[in-house]
Amino acid sequence: MSTLLSVENLSKHYTLSGGLFGAERRLDALTDINLTVEAGETLAIVGESGCGKTTLGRCIIQAQPASAGKVVYRPKAGGEVELSALNKRQIKPWRQDIRMIFQDPMSSLNPNMRVFDIVAEPLRIHKICKGRELEDRVIGTLAKVGIPAEAVGRYPHAFSGGQRQRIGIARALVLDPKLVIADEAVSALDVSIQAQVLNLLEDLKSEFGLTYIFISHDLGVVNYIADRVVVMYLGHVVENAPTEMLFERPRHPYTELLLEALPIADPLRRKGRKAEVRGEIPYLGNRPQGCPFHTRCRYAQDVCRAEKPALRRVNGTAQEAACLFAEELELKGAYEDGPVKVLHEA
Amino acid sequence: MAVETMTDIPVAAPTTRARRESQTALMWRRFKRHKLALVSLWIVALFYLVAILAEFLAPHDPGAYSARYTYAPPQGLQLFSTDENGGWRFFPHVNGYSTEVDRQAMRRIFVVDPEIEIPVQFFAPSDPYLLAGFIPMSVKLMGVSEARAPFYILGADRLGRDLLSRLIHGTRISLSIGLAGVTLSLFFGIIIGGFAGYYGGWFDSAVMRVIEFIRSMPTIPLWLGLAAAMPKDWTALQTYFAITIILSLIGWTELARVVRGRFLSLRTEDFVTAAQLDGASDWRIITRHMVPSFMSHIIAAATLAIPGMILAETALSFLGLGLQAPIVSWGTLLQDAQNIRTLASAPWLLAPGVCVVIIILSMNFFGDGLRDAADPHGR
Repeated sequence: MSTLLSVENLSKHYTLSGGLFGAERRLDALTDINLTVEAGETLAIVGESGCGKTTLGRCIIQAQPASAGKVVYRPKAGGEVELSALNKRQIKPWRQDIRMIFQDPMSSLNPNMRVFDIVAEPLRIHKICKGRELEDRVIGTLAKVGIPAEAVGRYPHAFSGGQRQRIGIARALVLDPKLVIADEAVSALDVSIQAQVLNLLEDLKSEFGLTYIFISHDLGVVNYIADRVVVMYLGHVVENAPTEMLFERPRHPYTELLLEALPIADPLRRKGRKAEVRGEIPYLGNRPQGCPFHTRCRYAQDVCRAEKPALRRVNGTAQEAACLFAEELELKGAYEDGPVKVLHEA
Repeated sequence: MAVETMTDIPVAAPTTRARRESQTALMWRRFKRHKLALVSLWIVALFYLVAILAEFLAPHDPGAYSARYTYAPPQGLQLFSTDENGGWRFFPHVNGYSTEVDRQAMRRIFVVDPEIEIPVQFFAPSDPYLLAGFIPMSVKLMGVSEARAPFYILGADRLGRDLLSRLIHGTRISLSIGLAGVTLSLFFGIIIGGFAGYYGGWFDSAVMRVIEFIRSMPTIPLWLGLAAAMPKDWTALQTYFAITIILSLIGWTELARVVRGRFLSLRTEDFVTAAQLDGASDWRIITRHMVPSFMSHIIAAATLAIPGMILAETALSFLGLGLQAPIVSWGTLLQDAQNIRTLASAPWLLAPGVCVVIIILSMNFFGDGLRDAADPHGR
C-alpha cells in the first residue's frame, strides 16, 4: 500500500482575544500531529468531544488553515502536493480528490436547493460536464446511494435524516474522489439507519476504491468500519494502531478508558466493570504539564507530570502509543472476556 | 372519503406535490395562516394600486383650485337615489351645496343639500393625461358631467382643492418615498452589512461602531439639519430624491445589521462550508447559497422598515422641512391641519392622518406575518 496523505507536525492554535483590555490567550487545539493515510484503508480518528478530531479533519481538508506543519497529498506514486501551502485557486483542482461528508444532515444541505442541484453543484463548479451528461451523472450517483430518480426534484426537507445523509454522500462522491473525510457521518442518525449508512459506505468504498478518514466518537462504529484507529486526547495523538490490535490490547491508558466506556449489551458481562472515570477533560487553554493525560490517568507516576511522552512504536509492532509505560502496563482490551459464555451452572 | 383517497391516488402523486413545494411555497402556506397579515397584505396592495393609478382614480388635478368652494365639506358618494314614492334606483350622484352664513363667526359656510343631486359618471371622459407618466389616457374613474358642478367627495381645503384627489396623489409620493428609501437602504445595507458579516475582522468592527454612532444620534434634529441644508431653489424632483437619501442615511443601519447577522450565522452553516469545500468562489457562495437563504428575512425586515420611512417623511414634511408645497404628500397635506381652528371647522383635513395610521399598521402586521413565515424556527 502506498501513502495517500500524510500529516506532518500539524499544529493549530486559536488566539482568544480577552476583550478590549484583556490579555490575549492562546488555545492549542492540535499539537504536533503526525499521521499517514494509506491508499485504500479506512482510518478512524476517535476521542471525546473537544479533543480536536473535527479540527484535524478540517485542517486536513483545508477548510481551516493550520498554524504550523504540513498536509501532503500523494495523488499517485512519486507525485506530491503540499495542500497546506496552496492558495485558494491552486487548491481547487485537488478539492475534487478530497471530499467531506458532514455530521448533521439537516444543516449540510442547502434548504433552498433541489436535491439535483445540490449534487450537481460540485460538477458545475469544476465545470466537469453539463447538460445530458451532468444529468446522467447526478442521477446515477444518487441511484447508487439509494435515492430514486423521481425524488431528485425535491427539496431536502422532504427527506428523512438517513436519506439526507445519503444525499450528502452522493455530493461527496459525484466528483469521483480518492479520499473522503467523514466527520461523525453517522452520529446524528438512528442506530438502525447508522448500520445502513455504514454498509453503504463500505460498499461504495470497494466500488470506487475509496480511502476514508472516519472521524467518530463511537468506538462501536469504529470497530465495525475502521482498519486503523488514531486515538486523540487534548489535541494530541495518544495511540495509533490497527483496529484489531487496539481493541485487543490498548497501549495507552486513555484508550483503555474509552474501551471501558463501551456499552456492553450483555448484562452478565457488565458485572465486573469498574465504572471509574476520573476527572474532567482539562480546559484546552490551561493544559497540564508533562503527559496531557496524567490528570486522569490511574497509572500516573511522578515522571508523567514532568516528561511529555512522544508517540512511538511499542515493541516494534504496528502499534504506536504516547505513553511512558506503554510496554509495561497490562491494559484491558474490549475482547478480554472472550466471546459470550453461556451459563452452564444455572 | 379518507379510504377512497388512499386507494385512488397513485403512488406518484405525493412526489409531484412535494416537488412543487419550494421554500417560497412553504412560506406562503405559513403566511396564509396569519389572517391579520393576509388582510394587511390586501390593504397594502390596495394602497399601492391607488398610488400607481393615481391619475386615473383622482377626479381632479391635485393643484386645481376653486375660490368658490373653500373648506367645502365632504359630499360623500351616493350610489342610489330615492324618489318621492319611497322607491329607489341606481343613480350614482353627489349632493350639491347650499350656502349659509354663520351669524356668530360671521362667515359663509357650506351645507350639503340633499335636494340637489349631481349625477356622477363612471369612466368619465376627461382632458388627456399620462397614466403613471407614460400611458396616454383620457378617461377617469369618476367625474361629474356638468363641468362647473362641485365634486368634493372628501371635501375641499383652504383653496378649494379636492382633498380626495390630493390624498390619492399624496399616497403616490408618500408610499413611493418609503419604497425608494427602503430600496436605497437595502442596497447599502446588503453591501455594507454583507461585507462586514462575510469577511468579519476589522472592517466588521469599524462598520458596527459607525452604525452605533449613527443610531445614537437623535434622528429628528439630524434630519432637520440635513433638510435645512437643502438649497431652496431645488426642483420638486431634486427635493424628492434628496429627502429619500436623507431618510436612507439612517435607514441602512438597521438593514445592515440584519444582513450582517444573517451572514454571520450562515457563514458557519455546514452547507456553506460544503460549498467552500466544493471549491466555489466567494461570489457563488454569497449569491447561490447565502442570499437565497436569507432573502425572505431581508424582505420581511425591509417591509418593517417602510413604515418608519413613511412616518419620517410625514414628520419632516409636516414640520415644513421635507417636501415643499407643490409636491403633494401626506405630510404636506397634514400641514393644512396644523391649527386647531381649521381642525374644528374642517376636520376632514385629518384624512391623510387616517391613511398614515392604516398603512403603518397594515405594513407592520404584514411585515410581522412575513417574518414569522420566513423563520422556520419561530413557529
